[in-house]
Amino acid sequence: MSLDKHTHPPYMTIWAVLAVLMFGKVAVGLSDLPQAVAVSILVVISLLSAGLVALYYMHLRFETKLLWALAFLPFPLVAILILTVIQEW
Amino acid sequence: MESHAAAVGLPGRQPEIALEGVYTKKLGMWIFLLSEVMFFTSLIGAYVILRFANPEHFASPGEVLNVPLTAINTFVLICSSVSMVKAFAALQNGDQKGLQLWLLVTIVLGSAFVGVQIYEYIQLAAHEGFVPSADLYAAHGGPLYGSTFYVMTGFHGTHVTLGVLALIFVLMQARKGAYTPQNLGGVEIVGLYWHFVDLVWIVLFTIVYLI
Repeated sequence: MSLDKHTHPPYMTIWAVLAVLMFGKVAVGLSDLPQAVAVSILVVISLLSAGLVALYYMHLRFETKLLWALAFLPFPLVAILILTVIQEW
Repeated sequence: MESHAAAVGLPGRQPEIALEGVYTKKLGMWIFLLSEVMFFTSLIGAYVILRFANPEHFASPGEVLNVPLTAINTFVLICSSVSMVKAFAALQNGDQKGLQLWLLVTIVLGSAFVGVQIYEYIQLAAHEGFVPSADLYAAHGGPLYGSTFYVMTGFHGTHVTLGVLALIFVLMQARKGAYTPQNLGGVEIVGLYWHFVDLVWIVLFTIVYLI
């Protein structure tokens, strides 16, 4: 799908979804759910929100394979970083 | 030229194609943002390790930090992201007034975010005694909570402030008619930065305020 002047992504719909997800996160964060459950839900919601911003507001969904490759490049590095640091736990 | 036009879906001229239809400055911004991913991951990773290895040093959500206020501030930043894409969409449509209006809205919302963060810092320091060296919850060890909180939110706030300054520059350029549907690189690049700052805050807000 190309991003042209007549066909923009549904920016306002995504904004509404982001707002609902954000206030949902607050509700979960301040709830009495067990920490493991709350953290799991919060992580999933955060990744979903971040993904929406990257895909539609940063237009990654409409970008070339090169930018997709670049965008995912940090993840193995991040994994290495986390695995290295976690050894110090 | 045409390959970049396909990348952003626009006809016309774009300067300096670097690789696979991505113009040089945009590629540069993406590479910069990737370095920023590593930067913020380092901060978040360090925080998570410290937080879960020393839970007694950290307060529960809402115990010290003002979650409702920051939730509203997060909403403000999300709104600024949508106003930024509206500016970009206006430019794509050749709507110069719309471009300037939405850029101004983004600047106002970004400034509001920074202003609320400063207010939050003042409230925390003056009324809660929560400063970077505060050792509020530590039975042993150093002031982990205060230092990690201010480092993470402070670095992000600095990014927002720099983004606001960049947006002011772009708005001034827009008022001079520097951007057209065929020359929208400046707006797209600052937009990428702005959305990244929003994306980072979505994660930081969760980790620092809600977990």
